[in-house]
Amino acid sequence: MAARYDRAITVFSPDGHLFQVEYAQEAVKKGSTAVGIRGKDIVVLGVEKKSVAKLQEERTVRKICVLDEHVCMAFAGLTADARIVINRARVECQSHRLTVEDPVTVEYITRYIATLKQRYTQSNGRRPFGISALIVGFDYDGTPRLYQTDPSGTYHAWKANAIGRSAKTVREFLEKNYTEEAITGDNEAIKLAIKALLEVVQSGGKNIELAIIRRNQPLKILESKEIETLVAEIEKEKEEEAEKKKQKKSS
Amino acid sequence: MALLDISGFKSRSDQGVFRTESLQQWNRADHFTFGSKCQEFALPVGVDPVGFLKSCSGENGVSIDLDHGTTTLAFKFRHGVIVAVDSRASAGRYIASKEVNKVIEINPYLLGTMSGSAADCQYWERLLAKECRLYKLRNKERISVSAASKLLCNMMLGYRGMGLSVGSMICGWDKKGPGLYYVDDNGTRLSGRMFSTGCGNGFAYGVVDSGYHEDMTVEEAYELGLRGITHATHRDAYSGGVVNMYHMQEDGWIKVCQEDVSELIHRYKKGMF
Repeated sequence: MAARYDRAITVFSPDGHLFQVEYAQEAVKKGSTAVGIRGKDIVVLGVEKKSVAKLQEERTVRKICVLDEHVCMAFAGLTADARIVINRARVECQSHRLTVEDPVTVEYITRYIATLKQRYTQSNGRRPFGISALIVGFDYDGTPRLYQTDPSGTYHAWKANAIGRSAKTVREFLEKNYTEEAITGDNEAIKLAIKALLEVVQSGGKNIELAIIRRNQPLKILESKEIETLVAEIEKEKEEEAEKKKQKKSS
Repeated sequence: MALLDISGFKSRSDQGVFRTESLQQWNRADHFTFGSKCQEFALPVGVDPVGFLKSCSGENGVSIDLDHGTTTLAFKFRHGVIVAVDSRASAGRYIASKEVNKVIEINPYLLGTMSGSAADCQYWERLLAKECRLYKLRNKERISVSAASKLLCNMMLGYRGMGLSVGSMICGWDKKGPGLYYVDDNGTRLSGRMFSTGCGNGFAYGVVDSGYHEDMTVEEAYELGLRGITHATHRDAYSGGVVNMYHMQEDGWIKVCQEDVSELIHRYKKGMF
């Protein structure tokens, strides 16, 4: 009985791939989109809300979770796997506060999550976690940070990134539109996140959930009314842009 | 076996003679685990260190007196932290050495002093130095003074009640400014502006308390540190040798001087001899 379960699930293929890890990355690509943006004094996380069944209560499943007062994360992929990772990360944040007397840096907790994910790609009988995470927050010295992890256990720092279903489209949009002017103020950074999500989300503001952290303030999840207001502003700006272009062409 | 691993079940065969925590805890590269539950420091079952030490002291015939006795002091002032220690190691009534180095230079921004049992202090503070170096490698920045003192305190707590004798001061300069912590074998950890440890600490407290004022110049602070140790070594039988004095500044510590107390005492007590 023991022999059958002791074999590693993640083994190398002849051409050097870890197929279980790559399949896990496929699972991530099936999850709903999440976008993260690092501003100057604000960090923004936006996720696409999946439509819920009629009888289901809307707010039970949250895709944006607080890890500590100054760090939060959004994920794409298997929700159940994410729950385990988030629990361990929360414990590690408090353990760090206890042993070292300082809050975790965003890089430290990202490294912890990445190490955890890597361990599951190299143990007997376990499969990798099927989630990618966007971890945002402010360090002790006030620097804003955004990190992304993936099922293989690697992590990188980003200025803006997207994960999940239409990550490629959103990332291309961000590459074109993430400029120093675009993130000068808090509102601009929030609008950039909404604009990026509107590219791929159907039916506008109703299906977007947004969370922000300002320096030295706790996580704030924007209400749907606030998101509707911002979406309306964006629509207006788009129309004004279109008007200006028309006038230029005609003149 | 996979299911056993994930559920955390420890089978009888794993435990054996040594008390150990499951392998997962020990393998975690970023976790600070010390104490008898850690595989590195496990004790055999049934060992009683305190009872053993009692049987070694004078009354029961065998007379193994461990190295003890010191005066160390440290105080914060406007221009940093002054650390001054004596250098005598005594074993009972025998002076084992007059040139012990009771300050461990953990890194250019962190110092640890030792008082109590020389062996305990040297071992645990060198272990602390190793953890501080590992912290710097893993996190790419120097460990803070509060974190370093917390690590030493947790090491002491892992062996509480087993006969360790450590009275140490961790001093340094980090992002929060100058730091001074007192850590001892009970697991006490205090932050403060002035501490003195060892059996000569009473004499040192008296001298430094009466001579201290916040806006001392650096020279006055050096004098005060020297005086504190000198007077303590004069009256306490278990302290003596030389005064080793360090000054912790914003850009690191400097070793100020190493002066023989028998010469210093003549300077301070003109007319007494």
